[in-house]
Amino acid sequence: MFRFVVRRLLQMVLAFFGTTLIVYALMFAGQGDPIQALAGERPVTEAQRAYLTEKYNLDRTGVGGFFYRYFDYVGNLLRGDLGESLTGRSIGEILTTAWPVTLKLALIAMAVTIVVGVTAGVVAGMRRASIFDNSTLLLTLLVLGIPTIVLAPLAQYLLGVKWQVFPPTAGAQPSLYALLLPGIVLGSLSLATALRLTRTSVAENLRADYVRTAKSKGLLRRRIVSVHVLRNSLIPVVTFLGVELGNLMSGAIITEGVFNIPGVGFNLFRGIRTEDGPLVVGIVSVLVVVYLVANLLVDVLYAVLDPRIRYE
Amino acid sequence: MSDFETVAASENQAARRGPSGEPGAPNQVGVPGKARSLAGDAWRDLRRNPIFWISLALVVLVTAMAAVPGLFTGNDPRDCALARQHAGPSGAAIFGYDFQGCDTYARSVYGARASLLVGALSALLTGIIALVVGMVAGYFGRWIDAVLSRVIDIVLGIPLLLAAIVLLKRVNSDSSTVRILAVVFVLAILGWTTAARVVRSSVITAKGQDYVAAARMLGAGDGRIMWRHILPNSLAPAVVVLTIALGSFIAAEATLSFLGIGLKAPTISWGIDIDSGRVHMRESATPLVVPSTFLALTVLAFIMLGDAIRDAFDPKLR
Repeated sequence: MFRFVVRRLLQMVLAFFGTTLIVYALMFAGQGDPIQALAGERPVTEAQRAYLTEKYNLDRTGVGGFFYRYFDYVGNLLRGDLGESLTGRSIGEILTTAWPVTLKLALIAMAVTIVVGVTAGVVAGMRRASIFDNSTLLLTLLVLGIPTIVLAPLAQYLLGVKWQVFPPTAGAQPSLYALLLPGIVLGSLSLATALRLTRTSVAENLRADYVRTAKSKGLLRRRIVSVHVLRNSLIPVVTFLGVELGNLMSGAIITEGVFNIPGVGFNLFRGIRTEDGPLVVGIVSVLVVVYLVANLLVDVLYAVLDPRIRYE
Repeated sequence: MSDFETVAASENQAARRGPSGEPGAPNQVGVPGKARSLAGDAWRDLRRNPIFWISLALVVLVTAMAAVPGLFTGNDPRDCALARQHAGPSGAAIFGYDFQGCDTYARSVYGARASLLVGALSALLTGIIALVVGMVAGYFGRWIDAVLSRVIDIVLGIPLLLAAIVLLKRVNSDSSTVRILAVVFVLAILGWTTAARVVRSSVITAKGQDYVAAARMLGAGDGRIMWRHILPNSLAPAVVVLTIALGSFIAAEATLSFLGIGLKAPTISWGIDIDSGRVHMRESATPLVVPSTFLALTVLAFIMLGDAIRDAFDPKLR
């Protein structure tokens, strides 16, 4: 187990460098003239240009300069210094204000997924081909087939504007109630996947040999389901939820954009639109670390949950 | 039912042939057809599944819409007049006009082409990458697998939407062909990982089977084993994943166009129309609802189709 964790950590380090390098390269190559992008339409004086070139090490050209800036940046990242956005705001500060909002949104979405998705999945898996099973299957299909860019504006229109059940937008200091509708919209996608995953897994495990053994030992059905089947069935679901939490943290760009929620995804999108390279790279690198750590935890959890899995 | 018919037909033949028929013929009559292939079995299941037929009909309908949009509407989607802004449904335009005064329905019909093109091309490219990577990683294992799996991890570690935004910002051309190809390319290089994992795991399962060991003992080389024995067995899950992926690629294209970095006007895309419909939802909701419905139904059709095929091909779930 210890060796597995160490190996997994080493892989994570590799993945971290690979991902940050790719993202950094893409941003760097795609930027054009960053100084002009910062100034917008206004002219830049020589002195300003020289100052900015000095500040961001833009005078080193070619591959060497690129790697110099990349390692400079990774070094800062490892020291916890995310640098400043082109507007001069500290990226760490931006993230500190944005993160609680995104986290709140992600947790609401996750709660919706687990409470509704996993529960309904277990019931559907136990009663395969029943009316409940068939209707949930059809419903999840519908949800899976509806992209967020359809779901979010339609939910906003129907529940926010037309019937006015929820506030249509969240605003600067969103209350829990204002985040509820975006959270449900965000959670509905992972809900559908979690439900189907649980259902399939429960249905498959119910036919496993160990269930028959347990049944023949005379165990109660309740005990078979809650102890034997559930523990085995939830393994893929836990993996999925861990990966999904990583996805949710990386900000729901569309949902946060449509509902005007000042979270990470919202800042990210704004950074891209204003060609704010440092901001985007900063946020993305942090998100990548979050994602990688979530994946690592999921893998370790996977090994703990399922002793059949051997990592060697 | 079909079994019964085949048996009945061969019985008729045997009867007609009579005693002068081939010696083996009467024996074959008792056997209910020859052993069906996996695909044959799956097809029998699919034929009885209403969801399969509904989604197939939708896919055919959308494909027809993409190929010959003139069949579905007589109006020009680019014929816009501000005088008709947000005008309600009429005989001329069954869903009324949008903010720019364009026919909402006609625009949605013409929007099918770009979406379907992007979806199909991305799925094709994804399939090629995924099959190659998944086969190589799953079959050879060891360090090749380790390296390729790390590559998959890294690509999976990049949030798709974000990376697509970063990549597409590099495309400055406004030519619609260039933009469509750019979106296809970006979706394929970011979206092949799931399919590759599916192929890899089914290759690993297939590799451990007795028939592969038998083939190897008979002296078959790696190439032959991969091509003749492992590929056919890992193709079905790949096709299912790709059908579903086609649907999600269409959704992704619409999302990118919605954000304003995918396809751009004058290309007609559902994503662009949904965005402009959303902005003006307080004045009129139809320009939001109509392209949304088209998009949702199309994505749904492909996902349902993939789902139905998977159910038919996965004997474990039967």
